[in-house]
Amino acid sequence: MRNYMKLEIPSKSLNEAFARAAVGAFAAQADPTVEELADIKTSVSEAVTNSIIHGYRDTAGVIYIECEARLGKTCVIEITVRDEGVGIPDVERAMEPLFTTAPDEERSGMGFTVMESFMDTLDVTSEKGKGTTVKMSKKINARAIDE
Amino acid sequence: MNCEIEQVGGALVVKLKGEIDQHCAEELRGDIDRQLDIKHSASLIIDLGGVDFMDSSGLGLIMGRYRKMQARGGKILLARPTPAVDKLLELSGINKLVGRERTK
Repeated sequence: MRNYMKLEIPSKSLNEAFARAAVGAFAAQADPTVEELADIKTSVSEAVTNSIIHGYRDTAGVIYIECEARLGKTCVIEITVRDEGVGIPDVERAMEPLFTTAPDEERSGMGFTVMESFMDTLDVTSEKGKGTTVKMSKKINARAIDE
Repeated sequence: MNCEIEQVGGALVVKLKGEIDQHCAEELRGDIDRQLDIKHSASLIIDLGGVDFMDSSGLGLIMGRYRKMQARGGKILLARPTPAVDKLLELSGINKLVGRERTK
């Protein structure tokens, strides 16, 4: 069985908690473990935070979140977080651990590393001036669910 | 996010409760640094026992306090991280830099 949801939120930091809670609630249908759910929520929080502070650089913008659940013996949760912000000039460099454009603001530079480690797949595409799309997925070893 | 700060001997003890993300990290940073500067604490203990959620904004917060304490010759200890928070600390390498308070 497939299921999906779409979410559109303004790029306000207040919405980071809402976004990860909403995706977490959606992912719950795949019966994840506590650790799997925490991994998903943390990764969503990282992607949404990136869009707010880097994509829109604290200006007003919209963040689009789409989730798809493929439910079966092994479930897969796919999450897309997209913004229409400034884009990332060098995605490969941005994904290096500890890379940050704002060391004075105490960013850890671990956002993409967290997503990469906590999810099974991560794909980042970006175009200067057009925005960034982060696609990630995680397998959930759930008990069999009726299709 | 809720934050209780008290001076115990030479240590500033910060008890964090709730969720740490970018939205609340800046306010937390200000609250902790203000007290560190007022109390001139020799060490900083961050009690993470009540933290339900933390992302890399929390790592930035801890690394910043680590650097601050190191610059003034002090030390920082973390206490009672939940398994999810500890997984993040381990991934970041912070566990190799920052000591662990094991008493409570």
